[in-house]
Amino acid sequence: MDSTKRYERLRERYLNGDLDRRVFLGLIGAAGLAFGVRTPFVGEARAAASQVRFDGWGGVVSEAFRKLAFDPYTEKTGVKVVDGTFGGGDEYLSRVKASQPGEYNIAHLSGVFDYARYAGLGLASELNEDNIPNLKYVIPKLVDVFRPITGGKISCVPYDYGTTGLAYNRKHISEDEIKEKGAKILLDEKYKGKIAGWADWRTRIWYASLQTDQDPNNATDMDAIWEALRTHRDLLLKYWGSGAELMSLLAEEEIYVTEGWSGRIYALQEQGHDIGYFDPPNGFGWQECLFVIKGSPMPECEELLNFMLAPETSIAVAEGQNYPPALDPQKVDLGKKIPTLPAFDPSGTLAGLTFANPDYWNGHEAEWSKEFGRIQKGY
Amino acid sequence: MGVEAREARQPWILLSPALVAITFLLFVPLAFIVVYSFWLRTATGADVAGFHLDNWTEALTDRFYRDILLYTLKIAAITTVVCAVAGYPAAYFIARSNRNKGFLLLLLMLPFWVSYIIRTMSWINILGVSGAVNSFLIWAGIINEPLQMLYNEATVILGLVHFLMPFMILNVFVSVDGIDQNLESAANSLGATKLQTFFSVTLPLSLPGLAAGGLLCFVLAAGTYITPLVLGGPRDAMFANLVFEAIITQLNWPLGSALSLMLLAVLGALVLVYNHFLGMAQLMKGMG
Repeated sequence: MDSTKRYERLRERYLNGDLDRRVFLGLIGAAGLAFGVRTPFVGEARAAASQVRFDGWGGVVSEAFRKLAFDPYTEKTGVKVVDGTFGGGDEYLSRVKASQPGEYNIAHLSGVFDYARYAGLGLASELNEDNIPNLKYVIPKLVDVFRPITGGKISCVPYDYGTTGLAYNRKHISEDEIKEKGAKILLDEKYKGKIAGWADWRTRIWYASLQTDQDPNNATDMDAIWEALRTHRDLLLKYWGSGAELMSLLAEEEIYVTEGWSGRIYALQEQGHDIGYFDPPNGFGWQECLFVIKGSPMPECEELLNFMLAPETSIAVAEGQNYPPALDPQKVDLGKKIPTLPAFDPSGTLAGLTFANPDYWNGHEAEWSKEFGRIQKGY
Repeated sequence: MGVEAREARQPWILLSPALVAITFLLFVPLAFIVVYSFWLRTATGADVAGFHLDNWTEALTDRFYRDILLYTLKIAAITTVVCAVAGYPAAYFIARSNRNKGFLLLLLMLPFWVSYIIRTMSWINILGVSGAVNSFLIWAGIINEPLQMLYNEATVILGLVHFLMPFMILNVFVSVDGIDQNLESAANSLGATKLQTFFSVTLPLSLPGLAAGGLLCFVLAAGTYITPLVLGGPRDAMFANLVFEAIITQLNWPLGSALSLMLLAVLGALVLVYNHFLGMAQLMKGMG
């Protein structure tokens, strides 16, 4: 019996005098309430499969994603991409932790350590690689590194890579000086008050490892690292917290030197700012992936990932966000601009980049992030 | 049901929407935070439920948290004093201006139409190396090199004063506006100078407004997070930044909960002291 029939019967019983007015109105009210409560959620649940939420780093990166990938994808498939931004993987993880399953779907995560962390918290989905044929264009090394973490399967597709190198104002610091001093320029008393640094504990400890001549993936003298962090802090104008802040500090000449993200520095150079970029030996290399969170609508997510990995989309996004794509240059012609981007590896082996070892970094995450937080605040 | 019983029930019926909202939006989340503060965070970032005093022991005994809390209270106190000293004359002027009162109050409200974050960030364009002040000083030939004015304690206080000044002015305005001007005339006619009249009549009668404004400024300043983040340097973190860091960066929700309850307890105690001596009525007037 459908609802209309049910209401007609109820009305009939009322008109026949079987129900008094109060009971009749009460039943109608209850039915209305049930309909009102139920319908929006049913509607939302149905709509969920026609939209996917994507969260990324904001700024020029998100702009490139929106314009060159999401809008064309929506136009082609009708699936809406709701895009949000975050300032870092830690902040985003907090949001995901507080959310309901399915609320967040795809994240533009940085590094294998983030992937391992998310997987460790039970947030890894299982992608059906058959639904992502464009995965074949990706540099194999970038895909293979994820498999052991999630039992041979993957929960993400690699999308781009870059470095966190030294960004400097060419009016005040020469190329020779930056090459000679390398990471130690961030501890140079001469630039006190004109130095900045990312408020990210991994990057800070990585650079402190370089400054103390240690292997960034296996530092043994942590006391020397904490001391280097304190020295850096005392010379610092500000810890920056986002790509926009990094670009503003350099563009406004509030600072002369900081470590910075290769793509953002390239964007500043494109805008005409006289900012140089230098990757010191063992500089921080990273790869970014599009990670699908457990509980997401998998077919829609896989379709979006496949669309985004299509060479034409991937190259357009890479040119927009200024980070080389994860596509293998030996398999795909990447055009003219991408080979000029910082950190680009024409061989597709990425042998020249040093990536963070996820076991090492995640194994110390609780202890080191806390210690850095204290040093950052003057302790 | 008798008339008396119905009348007794009426206030509760009228209050019920507010009570339900407060219960579900304030007390229930607060209860979750209390429960969370006794949990533990594992190395992977997952939480372990239970009754553990570790977070509270750390929050209450670690000098790091105590020092940042004291620094936060110091910044809040300086901000409150600056707001009071700079805001009182403005509030007095508005209250005593007969023709332009409405217009001046409108001007006072204007900043609320712009986002607090945007207002805070606007100081970067004013005080930055290539900001308005430095550009003017260089143009006028007063300096050759731009001054470094941003990212220190002074700019944090400046940002907070900018944000909180309207709260102080509004509270003092309500108080001064409510003073019977005949009392001031009477003091003058009895030989008091204008200055004596102000200190003997106007200021004492407006003290409740000043105290209410002071309380609001202090509590809001002590709980601020954005201003030190945007305008502060490496050593200008306030207590709310610690809470953010514990919860967001370190994913340590249990410790973050204990820290936030600690700040709540300190500020709550202040409100209780205020309420004991002055009552909340004045505060409501200013906020209204």
